[in-house]
Formats: sequence, structure tokens, C-alpha cells
Amino acid sequence: MNYYLRRTLRIPLTVLAVATLTFGLIRLLPGGPFTQLRIQLIRQGVPVEQVNARIEALQNIRPDAPLWQQYLDYLVGVAQLDLGRSISLNQPVMEVLARAIPWTIFLVVTSTVLMFVIGVLIGAVQAYWEGSTFDQMASGSSIFLMAVPYYIFAVVFLFFLAFQLNMFPTGNAVDRGVEASLSVEYVASVLHHAALPILSFTIGGIGSTALNMRGNGIQVLGEEYVEVARLRGLSDSRIATRYVAKNAILPMYTGLLLLIGFRLGGTVVLEQIFSYPGLGYYLISAVQANDYPLMMGCFLIITVTLVVAVYVADLTYGLIDPRISAGDSDGY
Amino acid sequence: MATEADSSSSSDDIDWRSESSSVEMSRRDRLEEFYRHSVYEPAAVAWSDRRTRIGIVILSVYLLMALVEILGLWRDPSPSQAERLLPPFQNWAYPLGTTQSGVDLLALIIDSTPFILLMVLAGGVWATGIAVLVGTVSGYKGGAIDTVITSVSDFFMAIPGLPLVIILAITFSPENPIFLGMILTINYWAGLGRSIRSQVLSIREASYVEAARTMGTGTSRIILKDVLPNIMPYVMVNFVLAARYTIFASVGLYFIGVLPYTGQNWGVTLNNAYNQGGLFTMQALHWLLVPIVAIVGLAFGLILVSQGMDRIFNPRVRTRLTGESESVDEEGENESTSTWV
Repeated sequence: MNYYLRRTLRIPLTVLAVATLTFGLIRLLPGGPFTQLRIQLIRQGVPVEQVNARIEALQNIRPDAPLWQQYLDYLVGVAQLDLGRSISLNQPVMEVLARAIPWTIFLVVTSTVLMFVIGVLIGAVQAYWEGSTFDQMASGSSIFLMAVPYYIFAVVFLFFLAFQLNMFPTGNAVDRGVEASLSVEYVASVLHHAALPILSFTIGGIGSTALNMRGNGIQVLGEEYVEVARLRGLSDSRIATRYVAKNAILPMYTGLLLLIGFRLGGTVVLEQIFSYPGLGYYLISAVQANDYPLMMGCFLIITVTLVVAVYVADLTYGLIDPRISAGDSDGY
Repeated sequence: MATEADSSSSSDDIDWRSESSSVEMSRRDRLEEFYRHSVYEPAAVAWSDRRTRIGIVILSVYLLMALVEILGLWRDPSPSQAERLLPPFQNWAYPLGTTQSGVDLLALIIDSTPFILLMVLAGGVWATGIAVLVGTVSGYKGGAIDTVITSVSDFFMAIPGLPLVIILAITFSPENPIFLGMILTINYWAGLGRSIRSQVLSIREASYVEAARTMGTGTSRIILKDVLPNIMPYVMVNFVLAARYTIFASVGLYFIGVLPYTGQNWGVTLNNAYNQGGLFTMQALHWLLVPIVAIVGLAFGLILVSQGMDRIFNPRVRTRLTGESESVDEEGENESTSTWV
């Protein structure tokens, strides 16, 4: 249990560290966002004596207070889920982000699960019939897929399927005018809009997953315990699932944690291409509008989402593989 | 190493003339030995693998393009230098066609090749270099050092890469390719360092490492001589993956217009094609496709080389040294290294 406790305690620590980082980026960098915000406000015609008050309202920081006071104010704000006010959208940052988070999580989770399942299946078949034509073809395509970044798929799909053939929408998460409810119409609209982003985000990852699974599968198939299981007369399905699949997938599961991080970051480009209103989309529009409160809020929330995702994955890993909950046995 | 070469040379040709000539011989032998071991054999093994061969050919094309740009053998890109939206392979003065504003696409691609290659190299070297340093030290030393390093890399792993890069890009406006490569992989080392650490953990228990420790060999020497060679294949594969990540990230961020740029490059070209109507007509398709092919080609070449690289480090393949013949096609591929992220 000690492991879980330590693991849980690490979350607030990481969030604190990241909040400190965003604070540092806002406040401390010479010529950084904070200074630019001041210049921007003055340029917008805000009287000089009101600038400090405006910054305070926008960013939860009193520019004239001592540094430690500013830092504490910022942290208190973050803890109260108050991330300041977006300049460009004129709404509380938290409100904007709360709308965006579900879309991003929907994209990342769906595509990652699909990628993992499809990749593992292809890799397993390859490993089982190693050297077959299918194996060679699949290996070749996997290597090629690894060379194509996901946004290339996104652009190509957008070009052909959305703009040329008009089969899919080119932006937004749902059709305008469709009420948010669990109606068939709403769900269909959501799926229709998410199809291309999810498809391009999934395909990009299948290649490396399949190659990885193939390598692990071949290795496990050569192990003695698989042979022993055969000699014991266990059924094929039992050997395939309990012995081979489990031991081949487990090492990949740890890699999945890292992958979630890369994929969460990757939505920045993906959502921008499809104008999909998730966290990455707002991050980029904040960047383009010099909207620093929104930008830092997006960054903080993406990081927190990642921290929580990795935490959940870590805990489930303990459930799947009992060896890990024995504590980090590699800790010396 | 030196003594080995000495002894082999003296036993091979028992010299009856004088001592001095034998010293000369041995130096040349040593050079030959070095050439054979470090240049010829790896090259032969690498070339014997089809994947590496194709990969090397592809990468050579990019080096050639960089050379063409450095020597100024092809025209520089500029607006209205040709007909607008000329399709590729029509006019051989502009083999890849032109953009909507009449810029030679081949010139655009060649123009940014040195920049991209430099950035990719910087990103790969920086990410793997730090990861190896951090991974080996924390894995081998253990104790408090390990705890500190692990916590720091855990923190960096908890920050999503691209958003961090975007924030840093706004702060620093990196336009130098080497600096940009380093910024793009600013936290890439963390995950890689962790997996190198876990490999080092098992190596440090190996009997020969323990023997070296008992003999009182210094830590840095053990890490250099005993630990590093063992993780080298893994590191090389991951160097390529880090390089690939650098390409993908940079082009992606140029594409959505977040990174600052002075001239054109593949990502900017893609962005222009995307934003200036390239999506709507079939006539502009090549404008989108040319930068795409440039990006995918480079990544593909790198991955092919890394796939074949495994063999160079695989002693079983090397001792056979079949060189030219194709018979090396044994089961050298079950690398369990996670070539994943």
C-alpha cells in the first residue's frame, strides 16, 4: 500500500512544480509574457495607472506585491481553480478549459485504445506466422507508417475526404444547432466530426505498436514456459491469452504511459488542423492572440491531465502485473 | 587493445631483421586492425542488410541536397520566378513544379535541407546524450543520486512535450537550428533516461561488472568500458527515434505557425500550401505533397537505418562477417528493445 500512497502524494507535488514553472514563465523571464502583457495593455489604451489593476484581474497576480506574495497568490488561485481571465475571449479561463477538456480526452483515449488494440492484434498475428507473406508485408507497412507523422494523415484525409469528396466536416466537434444531449442525432454528429481526427491519430501509431508487439511476441513464443504449457496439454486459447499475450503485452504497457504524454501533446497540432475545440486548439489560439492567461491555463491543464492519466495507468499496471505492487523492486 | 594487436603481429610475422621495423609493422597493423574492426566490418554488415542499404541511399540524397544548397548549385527560391502552380514533372527547369506565387518547389526543399539536418542532428544528439548520461549514472550509482535524478526526470516526463516547446518558442524565439533542435527535445531525454536506467540496473549485476568492481576499477571506467557498449544498440535506435521526433515536432509546429521562422522550410511550405488554398483544388495537390514527401522520406531513411543498425552491434552477425553475401538473413530481428515512442 505504501507504493500507492507514495504514488498518490506525488500528484500534488508534480502539479505544484508545474504551477511554479508556469508562474516562473509568466513572471520571471525578462521580456516574457508578463512584460508583453503590460505593453499590450498600454497599447490597447488602458491608462498606465490602471494597468496593474488590469493585470491583477486577468492573471491573479499583483504586479506591485513582493515576489513571494505574487507566487502565493498565483498558487492560491490555481488551488481554487481560478486561472485568471482570458483576454481574447473575455471569459474566465477555467470556463473555457472546462468546455475543451472532454473533447481532448475523447480524442486521445479513443485513438490510443484503438491504436493499441489494432497494433497488438496485427503484431500478434505477425509473430505467430513469423516470416509469412503477411508478416513481411505488415512489417514493411509498419516501418513506413512510423515514418509518417500523424498530421500528414490529417492533412491528406482533410484534402481528399473532407474538401474534395465532402464526406466529412472540416471543423468543430458537433454540427451547429444540435443540442447537447444523449440523442442519436447528437452522438452521430459527434462521431461524424471526430472520425477523421481519431482516424489520423490512430493510424500514425499502429506501425510502431505492431512492430513492438511482433518483437515481444516472437521472444515469448520462444520461451520455455510456453513449451511447457503445450506439453501440459493446455488449450491453445489458454496458451495464447494467459501465456503469450499477457507476457508480450506487459512490457508495452509501461511504454504506453510515455506514449500518452506524447499523444496529449500531439493534439495541439491535430486539433488545430481539424479546428477541433479541445485544449490544443485553445492553446494555439491563445498563442496567436497573445492571450497569456489562457495560454498558461491550457498548459497547466494539459499537464495536469497528463499527470492524472499516467497515475491511473500506473495504478492499473499494479493491478495487471502483481510484481510492480511489490514496490519498485528496482529501487536501489 | 594495443597489446592484442602487438602480440598478434609479432606472432604472425616473426621478424628476423630488427626490432624497429617490427614496431613500424605493428603500428600499421594496429591501424589496419582499427580500420577492419571499426570501419570495414560494421560497414559491410550494415550494407548486407537491405533495409540499411536503402536507408543509407535515402539519407545520402538528403546530404547531397544539403551539399547542393551549401555550394549554391541550385537557384534560391523567390516569388514569381516561374509560372504559377506549375504541375510537377512538366517543365524540367522546375522539376517539382511551383507554388501559387510561382516559387520553384525544388528550390524551396533544397534551401531548407541544411537547416533541417542540423536541427535533427542537434535534437538527436542532445536528447540521447543527456539520456545516456542520466540513465547510466542513476542506474549505476543508485542511492541518493538515483533518487534525485529519478525525481527530476519524473517531473520532466509529466510535462507534455509540444505544449512546453510552444511556450518556450514564444519566450526564446529560437531561430538557430541547433538551439531549436535542443528546445524541441527539451524533455525527451526523461523517458529515454528512465528506460536506459532500467537496462543499466540489470547490467550492473552482471558478473563481469562485479569482477571489475572487485578489482577496484573506477566508476567512470566501468560505465565507459562495460556498461555503455551493452546499451549502445538501444541508444543508437533511440537516437534515430529522437531524430524522428525532432523532425515531426518541428514540421508540425512550423505547420501550425507557432515556431518563428525567417526563411521558408518544409513545415512553412506545408503551412502556406494549407492556408493559401492548397486544400481546395486538385491543381495544388503537388504543393502539399512535395514537402510531405521530403519529411516522410527523411524519417523513412532514418528508421530503415535504425532497423538495420541492430546488426552492426549484434556480435553473432559480426563474427560471421558474410560481407557481400545475402546469407546474413538470419533471425537477427527479434530485438526486444522498445522502439516505440
